[in-house]
Amino acid sequence: MTHEQFEVLSNQAVAACAAAYFLAFLAHLGQWAAGRRAEPVEVAREREAVTVGAGAPTAGRAAAAPVTDEPERMLLLGRVGVAVTVVAAAVHFVAVLTRGLAADPVRVPWGNMYEFTLTGTFFVVLGYLLLYKRFGLSWLSPVVTGFVLVILMVDVLALYEPVVPLQDSLQSPWLVIHVVAAVIATAAFTIGGMCSVLYLVKSRWEQRTDAAGRTRGGYLARLPELAVLDRIAYRTHAFGFPIWTFAALITGPIWAHYAWGRYWGWDPKEVWAFITWVVYAAYLHARATSGWKGSSAAVIALVGLATLWFNFVGINFFFGSGSQHSYAVPEPTAVVLRLDG
Amino acid sequence: MAATTTERPAGPPAEPPGPPSLSPVELARWSWRQLTSMRTALILLFLLALAAIPGSVVPQTAVDSVRASRWMDDHPRLTPVYEKLGLFSVYDSVWFSAIYILLVISLVGCIVPRLRVYWRGVRAEPPRAPRRLDRLPEHRTLETDAEPGAVLEAARAALRSRRYRVRVDAAEGTTPGAVRAERGKLREGGNLVFHLSILVVLVGFALGSLLGFKGGAIVVTGDGFANTLSQYDDFEAGSFFDVADLEPFDFTVDGFDVTFLQEGRQAGMAQKFRADVTYRTAPGAEDQQREVAVNHPLSIDDTDVFLIGHGYAPNITVRNTDGTVAYSGPVVFLPEDTTFRSFGVVKVPDAEQAGGRTTQLGLEGEFYPTYGFTDESGPFSAFPDSKNPALSMLAWTGDLGLDSGRSQSVYALDKDGLDPLLKSDGQPVRLDLALGRTAELPDGMGTVTFDGLSRFVKLQVSHTPGQSTALVGVVLALLGLLASLFVRPRRVWVRARREGGRTLVEVAGLDRSAGGDLSGELDALVGRLRPAGASDTPATTRSPEEPT
Ligand code: HEM
Repeated sequence: MTHEQFEVLSNQAVAACAAAYFLAFLAHLGQWAAGRRAEPVEVAREREAVTVGAGAPTAGRAAAAPVTDEPERMLLLGRVGVAVTVVAAAVHFVAVLTRGLAADPVRVPWGNMYEFTLTGTFFVVLGYLLLYKRFGLSWLSPVVTGFVLVILMVDVLALYEPVVPLQDSLQSPWLVIHVVAAVIATAAFTIGGMCSVLYLVKSRWEQRTDAAGRTRGGYLARLPELAVLDRIAYRTHAFGFPIWTFAALITGPIWAHYAWGRYWGWDPKEVWAFITWVVYAAYLHARATSGWKGSSAAVIALVGLATLWFNFVGINFFFGSGSQHSYAVPEPTAVVLRLDG
Repeated sequence: MAATTTERPAGPPAEPPGPPSLSPVELARWSWRQLTSMRTALILLFLLALAAIPGSVVPQTAVDSVRASRWMDDHPRLTPVYEKLGLFSVYDSVWFSAIYILLVISLVGCIVPRLRVYWRGVRAEPPRAPRRLDRLPEHRTLETDAEPGAVLEAARAALRSRRYRVRVDAAEGTTPGAVRAERGKLREGGNLVFHLSILVVLVGFALGSLLGFKGGAIVVTGDGFANTLSQYDDFEAGSFFDVADLEPFDFTVDGFDVTFLQEGRQAGMAQKFRADVTYRTAPGAEDQQREVAVNHPLSIDDTDVFLIGHGYAPNITVRNTDGTVAYSGPVVFLPEDTTFRSFGVVKVPDAEQAGGRTTQLGLEGEFYPTYGFTDESGPFSAFPDSKNPALSMLAWTGDLGLDSGRSQSVYALDKDGLDPLLKSDGQPVRLDLALGRTAELPDGMGTVTFDGLSRFVKLQVSHTPGQSTALVGVVLALLGLLASLFVRPRRVWVRARREGGRTLVEVAGLDRSAGGDLSGELDALVGRLRPAGASDTPATTRSPEEPT
């Protein structure tokens, strides 16, 4: 196949996997709609577990209870949704792969924001699928499929760029390592952030339903209890953090050294990578500090996610060529020359 | 999770709400406890993140001085305020330094006591079993016909094979025998290594910025560069750097090659730029040849030479009317955009004026590697490669200001003492020159010839001591972090006593990590202790299946 054919194939694969994610998203919406009509979860049991969870390490022992009493219809739709997501992820992978094959010479598909987003969303789905069994993530399905669908749409509509060769400074084995690590960490933080959002939503909702004395049902009632959400969020963040450390603070500087002759230059992109790192370090600290556990920690995690995404999207748009990292404009390196002799 | 933190020596739990009215010593102690508390660390981390932001919004002098000075020109009113606040060099500013120095102090104050505790704890035996094992979050009981001693021995073996540190307490009087086991102290160790390594990295950084230097030089192909201060266009060195320490290497840039994509969507993008250099590590040393390219610096001893830019240097000759050469050589024109439209000046200190008097001549203008022209845009460069190179310059005479004693940029004309050369119609003289052409200056001032085209490379030379220290630091930090996040600190106790002709075995455990889950581990252990062909005494458990 020629490079052009690969490019066409990649674009078609993106469209196909987006359509599949849409179907999966619908199936999961159906799943939770079915859950709404079903019996509400056994509230008393859950509430007991939560109060225990507040202080003692028993937190989360009675966790998976809600998942087990799902009606037939929910289980079926859930299974369909996951199966379709698996297919979509496979097609998504083809889209990423052929994107790399479309370049001449063949290269890693991480030359610009479009490609980075395409790969990042793939890793989000991959992470979700890999953890699905282990963490019992069926409650996360509508969030992940909906999120990936929206981001892919934005990617295609707003960020699309035709395939072009890589700039010289991007041609380094360190780029491959650096970017793979950054993408994986981003995906992990994104999944962790979803759990943190659900944690905050659910804790708000519990307080409100408690106050109103209402019984609980629907999607939120079927989410794992707070302590479990918190723990899954922590696990994904704890997985992402060393990888981010590796990407941003080890391979990044090494690559910058070879490409630009300095390890760390406080370039806007580097500043924000550092900020993200510090905020997530604060998150890990917060989880171990009394008075900061739980909601405050979840908020810090989301601040971290915001800085991460801002670094990716915002820096390129708002700072443009002010950053050496902007892949938006292919600059000849000579433009960085100083005019003061 | 909660258990972890309350047991931690470092995070002093509830702080008193305010400084109690105490003696100075006690006040100092109180402040120290505040500073080294986990909450302070958390707040300082936040402050550090916040304080880093302005440096990404306001152009930094140290990062991009051109952009910074342009910004200052555009904002004359804000500039003095920003300067006072140190906003043009955030990362050296007092307030930024204050935050990270406080953080470092807090870090040291936090690690040292923890190190002491850890050192003592690392050799300590696993703690004794709590009296009521069934109070622990994870526990199981089972009955068996085996002797208690045999059960405990089996438990010991099983736990040892899972790399627990194990102690067996034999039964004494009414106290039944028990096994106590612990593993995963590496978690706390890893955490300490991580925090200590942050200090190592900072030391590495400090070494680099105090003892190192970074300099930039532009070298035209065919020319040489010797590593002495005078050869640098810009040079920044750490406070403790001694110029005498510049390593005595030199090199010649033999040639430079760049491929511009000729067609396709990215036509004009530069690829594969590389320079061929011949270098010597010291005067008199043997010549060696190397190719220097982006991502492939030349390393000479502890100094690295990076290729970070390139451009054109048209060869320009200025002749007097009698044909004598007033100036000749390649002139560096700095690229202004991706088409390599470039800007440069020629300074001729001894040019001839009508009547044989001498004057100073300055030429200033642009170079276009692929000249194009439209009435709307004027001259422009259609392509970055030199397909149709041309110069377009204005001429000035008078005083170039070379003797004023002020240092002057070689890339700009100081027009204070200069007047434009005018044609008879009052229009400024514009010299438009294609390659190989000569233009005549008015009033018998001679000629200007564009007689060749060279290229130049922009090199960055840097010497960063401490980089291996920093690298060792980050690698240690990463390893420590992995241990700190993923090692599971666990304690397991097994107690066995004879009861009604059978042996009643209690197994319980504690996972001290955030988000740990012991149930699988205990189930496996119970499986090992249960007699073969197990009686189906249901092991009582507290946890049904659960996401782990
Ligand atoms: C220089 C800034 C610092 C950074 C980047 C940093 C980073 C981190 C990180 C990433 C962790 C997570 C490891 C884990 O959860 O096991 C951690 C844990 C910890 N840090 Fe720091 N830290 C810093 C300063 C401090 C200071 C000043 C203190 C003293 C109060 C401190 C005390 C702790 C403690 C006690 C833990 C263990 C928390 C736990 O068990 O989860 N750190 N730190």
